Amino acid sequence: MEFDFGAVLVDWRLLAKGIVWTIGLTAIATVIGMALGVACAWARASGPTWLRWVVGSYVELIRNTPFIVQLFFIFFGLPAAGVMLTPETASIIAMVANLGAYATEIIRAGIEATPKGQIEAAVSLALNRMQVFLRVVLPPAMKKVWPAMVSQIIIVMLGSAVCSQISVEELSYAANLIQSRNFRAFEAFIIATLLYLALSVGLRRLLNWAGPKYFFGR
Amino acid sequence: MNDFSLWDILRNLLLALRWTVVLSLIAFIGGGVVGGLLLFLRLRAGKWLDRAIGTYVQLFQGTPLLMQLFLAYFGIALMGVEVSAWTAATVALTLYTSAYLTEIWRGCVASISKGQWEASNSLALSFGEQLRHVILPQAVKIATAPTVGFLVQVVKGTALASVIGFVELTKAGSMISNATFRPFVVFSCVALLYFALCFPISLYAKHLERKINVNRR
Amino acid sequence: MSTVVEAPAAPASRTPLGGPIVQITALRKSYGTNEVLKGIDLTVKRGEVIAIIGKSGSGKSTLLRCINGLEVFQEGSLTVDGKPLLHESAMAMRELRQRVGMIFQGFNLFPHLTVGKNVMLAPTLVKKRSKPEAEAQAKKLLARVGLAEKFDAMPDQLSGGQQQRVAIARALAMEPAVLLCDEITSALDPELVGEVLRVVESLADEGMTLLMVTHEMSFARKVSDRLIFMHQGRVHEMGPPTEVFGNPQTPELKQFLSSLHD
Repeated sequence: MEFDFGAVLVDWRLLAKGIVWTIGLTAIATVIGMALGVACAWARASGPTWLRWVVGSYVELIRNTPFIVQLFFIFFGLPAAGVMLTPETASIIAMVANLGAYATEIIRAGIEATPKGQIEAAVSLALNRMQVFLRVVLPPAMKKVWPAMVSQIIIVMLGSAVCSQISVEELSYAANLIQSRNFRAFEAFIIATLLYLALSVGLRRLLNWAGPKYFFGR
Repeated sequence: MNDFSLWDILRNLLLALRWTVVLSLIAFIGGGVVGGLLLFLRLRAGKWLDRAIGTYVQLFQGTPLLMQLFLAYFGIALMGVEVSAWTAATVALTLYTSAYLTEIWRGCVASISKGQWEASNSLALSFGEQLRHVILPQAVKIATAPTVGFLVQVVKGTALASVIGFVELTKAGSMISNATFRPFVVFSCVALLYFALCFPISLYAKHLERKINVNRR
Repeated sequence: MSTVVEAPAAPASRTPLGGPIVQITALRKSYGTNEVLKGIDLTVKRGEVIAIIGKSGSGKSTLLRCINGLEVFQEGSLTVDGKPLLHESAMAMRELRQRVGMIFQGFNLFPHLTVGKNVMLAPTLVKKRSKPEAEAQAKKLLARVGLAEKFDAMPDQLSGGQQQRVAIARALAMEPAVLLCDEITSALDPELVGEVLRVVESLADEGMTLLMVTHEMSFARKVSDRLIFMHQGRVHEMGPPTEVFGNPQTPELKQFLSSLHD
């Protein structure tokens, strides 16, 4: 068993492009997905009953089906219903929908753990509902659930590997392309795996730093 | 193009669903056995082994399942063993499950108050007796809900086995979609079948979780 | 700086003290760089009741936990019933813990077992008692602590004082020679403290060797043969309770005693 990692690393530009795509997809999905999660969490916690039911169905549907099936449905299934999408767009939609559902539940748990006294104090200070939610309820809730949120974002980043199956040129696609050319499958995938591992670690550090700075104050 | 009825599609999907179920069970039970063994080692042996197993967990939790499947597929082939998609999928998913379950269970054992260890220690119980009579009975109660919850993750994970060619529900869906040119219907059915499989399990896990939280004060 | 006054004979109603059962020499323990026990010398006689008092952080609980091996010490020696404490030997530790029992501030009853099973567990597993034997013993001990009727109850159905009494019965089931009590009434509501102290007092009267870390000063004065005041990891003052309470020699003890009256 001799390994030839060099044959894979020679194509580092492809891998780099793959990394950029993976990071890009994850970044967009994170921003939109978390916004969606906040909105749905609010809806599920304090919206009208019908809205709660709709959001609840969306959440349960996403959480109980595999991401690859969601992706295939959006990319292959929707065109049959008239919606044409590029692989990249389909991937982002799928990742947003996926993260959004999990984020909803995570953030909802944080919101529902808000001590009642906080809300009473805010209301007594004449803040309106939107202000109470965004200024008083959400920041401590986000702080409390941030570790779970970070873990979920990393899961979505790792899940983006599946998008290679619809020819999005992210990291898995790059590894697959390389090994199809030089037949160094094991080496290619080991390197890709280690790169994913590095991305996981890096992303966790980045998010743990960014969270307090941007999302919920020290 | 309308040669295939909905029933034709469903029938073929249901046949493939069997394989999803079988693969899930093997991975879950196998992963549980390995995970349990790893947990025992983590509790018993020294810091070195604990950290090594911790690294094992990090590897599986920090890398895509897709990569793990590819590595299993090509890795086993490299060792000269004849590998089928079935073998690779089983190995990869079992190890994947073992990593997650050992971590879940370790968390449950860690959540048992130190006082229980101290009290049973002070009563001269050996490590094995402590685990068997005092710690594990309590840990199992706490662990049941997240363990059942993880079964859902395993079922969803089997969908990736399609990428290395194993014909389970997702692969069947792709094949049937290509044959019938009705991807919307086919993938809707695929999604609903996964949902039908996973949602009851999720509900059960939630029910278990509620039960535990009622008992704790 | 420590002052030691020799203890006179035990209170008249009790059996006379026997030979040494716990011998501690130059014991030192640190947590990392923080030394919490700075050289403890102590000999406990069979049947003696010792109360250990002091501020939090003085090392009282740590000393107690060293005696049954829950804490590991770095220097010095500790002998129980003639046998030195060997942390590395699981067999030796098991032997030790059959001889030394412990009651905890947080009771630590096993929540998934009934009261009776809590008491029966260790004798069945460690002393290999048969189930009927262990059950009979458990019933007897529970009656002794006044909880005979709670044999089949679950721990969470009991009050704090009841749980602690079960904990005492559980420790007694192993027939220890020494009982360590680590602030066993500190977590109890005031009205429940008395029932536990009564049980402890009866144990003392029966000749059990007791080492108690406690804040219950009047109880300590009444029941103990010797009082130890610990300060910053050392035995600061030691002697019969009347002497220690009535005639404190060092400023630290004086300050501690006056702070109690606040």
